[in-house]
Amino acid sequence: MSVEHHTAGGNGHAHADHGHHELPFWRKYIFSVDHKVIGIQYAVTALVFLFFGFSLMMLLRWQLAYPGQPLPVLGKLLGETAMPGGVMAPEFYNQLGAMHGTIMVFLGVVPLAVGGFGNFVVPLQIGAPDMAFPRLNMVSYWVFLPGCILMVCSFFADGGAAQSGWTSYPPLSDIAPPGQTMWCLAMVLIITSSLLGSINFIVTIVQLRAKGLTYWRLPFFVHAQLVTAFLLLLAFPPLEAATVMQLMDRLAGTSFFLPSGLVVSGEQLKAAGGGSPLLWQHLFWFLAHPEVYVLILPGMGIVAEVIANNTRKPLWGYRLLVYSVIFIGFMSFVVWAHHMFMTGMGTTMSTFFQTTTMIISIPSVVILTCFIMSLYGGNIRFTSPMLFATAFLPMFAIGGLTGLPLGLTASDIYLHDTFYVIGHFHYVVAPGTLFALFAGIYYWYPKATGRQLSDKLGKVHFWLSFVAINFVFMPMFFQGMAGLSRRLYDPTVYAHGRGVQALNVVISWGAWGLALAQLPFIVNFFMSLRAGARVAENPWHSTTLEWAAPSPPGHGNFLTEPVVYREPYEYSVPGKTKDYSPQFQAEG
Amino acid sequence: MDAAGHEDVSKHMGPYYVVFVALLCLTAVTVGVSYLHLNRPLAITVALIIASVKAGLVAAVFMHLISEKKVIYAVLILTALFFALLLALPNLTTFEHHSGMPGT
Amino acid sequence: MSETVIPYMVKPHPVTGLPNGKFGIWLFLASEVMLFGALFSSYVLIRIGMPHWPPEGGLSSEVLNVPLGTFNTAVLITSSITMVLAWASCKMGSLPRFKMWMGATVFLAFVFLVVKYFEYSDKFHHDHFPKHDNFYAVYFVLTGLHGLHIVGGIIVNTFLLTWGSRMWKTDPEHFTNRVENAGLYWHFVDLVWIFLFPSLYLL
Repeated sequence: MSVEHHTAGGNGHAHADHGHHELPFWRKYIFSVDHKVIGIQYAVTALVFLFFGFSLMMLLRWQLAYPGQPLPVLGKLLGETAMPGGVMAPEFYNQLGAMHGTIMVFLGVVPLAVGGFGNFVVPLQIGAPDMAFPRLNMVSYWVFLPGCILMVCSFFADGGAAQSGWTSYPPLSDIAPPGQTMWCLAMVLIITSSLLGSINFIVTIVQLRAKGLTYWRLPFFVHAQLVTAFLLLLAFPPLEAATVMQLMDRLAGTSFFLPSGLVVSGEQLKAAGGGSPLLWQHLFWFLAHPEVYVLILPGMGIVAEVIANNTRKPLWGYRLLVYSVIFIGFMSFVVWAHHMFMTGMGTTMSTFFQTTTMIISIPSVVILTCFIMSLYGGNIRFTSPMLFATAFLPMFAIGGLTGLPLGLTASDIYLHDTFYVIGHFHYVVAPGTLFALFAGIYYWYPKATGRQLSDKLGKVHFWLSFVAINFVFMPMFFQGMAGLSRRLYDPTVYAHGRGVQALNVVISWGAWGLALAQLPFIVNFFMSLRAGARVAENPWHSTTLEWAAPSPPGHGNFLTEPVVYREPYEYSVPGKTKDYSPQFQAEG
Repeated sequence: MDAAGHEDVSKHMGPYYVVFVALLCLTAVTVGVSYLHLNRPLAITVALIIASVKAGLVAAVFMHLISEKKVIYAVLILTALFFALLLALPNLTTFEHHSGMPGT
Repeated sequence: MSETVIPYMVKPHPVTGLPNGKFGIWLFLASEVMLFGALFSSYVLIRIGMPHWPPEGGLSSEVLNVPLGTFNTAVLITSSITMVLAWASCKMGSLPRFKMWMGATVFLAFVFLVVKYFEYSDKFHHDHFPKHDNFYAVYFVLTGLHGLHIVGGIIVNTFLLTWGSRMWKTDPEHFTNRVENAGLYWHFVDLVWIFLFPSLYLL
């Protein structure tokens, strides 16, 4: 059924015969059960925390570039505890590091990728009126937000925020200042929110697909979100259990993670002992490894959509992509101890984990290859989303390939806990996932707002970011190979640190440049809300279902019940007049 | 169960009562066996087998798993697998001895 | 409330055969398996790492009260059958019967908690808090988290017994589904205890 004659900015109702009464403001925008509102709530919240988490790192980079130097202006503003005499205190350095990691992963990337994009796009792409459990969806967000606030408030705790790394390893985290307790409590809230959300995604995708939308006709983005939801559902609970045990250690004096005979500051710690610090590591990484796939899979989904749309070609190897992403999801549960190669495990188990880690790299390579092959022979439009999606490919390749020496035990002995690791994972998640998320914002902003973002500003944003981000993370590999450890307050105390200290200056200026590079984006984002070019339902001439709904979609999403007639990426079908045949149109 | 009529359920109450009695009996058995003070490995094996049978009865009959849909089975089998890995791997990895074999 | 109509809230999906709620609760239970599973795995790891268990010597059955634990096991098992009967009453169209059996379920849940209260306070009275040693830490955290789940079940079941039962008048099938889903959760809580009891008290 063609919907192309409907005009832009529709506020259409799915059931026009209802006597629709308008909801009060707080029910429409605050405690909304509409997946689109909730998606935007998650997205806006996440963007704020991405910026905040990034700011923490920019501060930390001052100490790394100019160790022991007072920070002009800001140094005084941050107070004598954090920056005595304007110089960063080591404890504050540790807080910045731990909180940067925690906030970027749990309050930034995942809420944007899953909570934001997942919530907004998935029901639309499957032709559903909303998520399966709209009220549960609302609860998810309103459990998430207090968790975020608690997390950030921990900076005001006595002794500061969490400062034992985002990984919160005991025994250090067990005896850390009260901010760590707030970290634990905030994590419990955030994990609970995530669990409730993942249930919603799985039921929605399985049960609420439109007529004709079989699994093999789903956009790859939906497959990626489905696998991601399973990862969140099954991998998060062990971390919740571990966090409860850490809370017990900290508040009730138990010794789940405290070994016997622990000496702190020259004194025997008054605890029963008999616990195991390694237990925390196992439970933490059981979640945190699947978590990194949670970080990347939605991004891959977005890249798939944007590439298909902007090459005017079907995705190459669609079925291969789906099988690969399912295989990655499964394998991600059996590789976690490659984060623990240095904990004294024997050769049998380390060989096991090394093997599974090598195996899991295969589907990632397959996915990347399919994306690259999708470009070949395409009629490529280098729109802003496409620039970000294309850049994702080599950036993710670098990130992925640099993971290999870390997954091999022999080389990991040298590289573990060095800056090489930081370079590796940032390549995957920063110019990897974050670029994919930017692609998603440029791509779906018209659907959410009814207006286009400025393509000129988008290109400026892209090129400045792309250059800056490589100046930030590429040098880290060299620092790591020189043996520079991560989480060092002052790298120059070591000769091998002094050898690569010049790179720290490059990285820090790159980071500050990267921050400036976001200004065109922020300006564009807000300006286009009011002044952007208005669009109809399908400004990108795309084939997937969300482009059948008005821009923005109203309550209930679609004006008529959508029916799906074909595969998701029928671009440039021979013999047709248009270069795209949308899934929702009866005849092309 | 799905939208079956109310007549159906009243005819199928038998298994629920049987399982109820079986659960109570098996509880008595497991407590009784504990008084035998078997050696550790045997005691653990017997206790876990009895517990698994009890759990199986609750799941199959009370939770209707025996007639449940394929999707649910798939989710549960996946979960059981990951649980088994979570149980086995940390212990194997932590308790490895000089010979390099875990658990020795 | 201008609510969007979500398909398959009551009627099952033609392919999966499930209504949304039942699918959702099973997924939730899968996550709970991982939660309690992680705690069990932790218990095993901690216990293997200690030369004696309980660390102070003796047997678990000498530290914990086996008769009380056995009684509580019987209480939960009984509450499971009353829960089944509550659901069956809904299927057979009788709200008063449902309320009777659901009431019994909630009552038995409270009995369980009261027994646990006595067990806990006895331990505290002897100055045996979770920090005493890892035996107590494991016991209190495992049974404590389980107890919190019992409280959750009480809240849900009480809701269905009171305000929730208003749905019986407008949509009895939907209400019956809710009771069944609550039942699945409740049976799971019983199932966890079935493993907890021997693992903590008897072994």
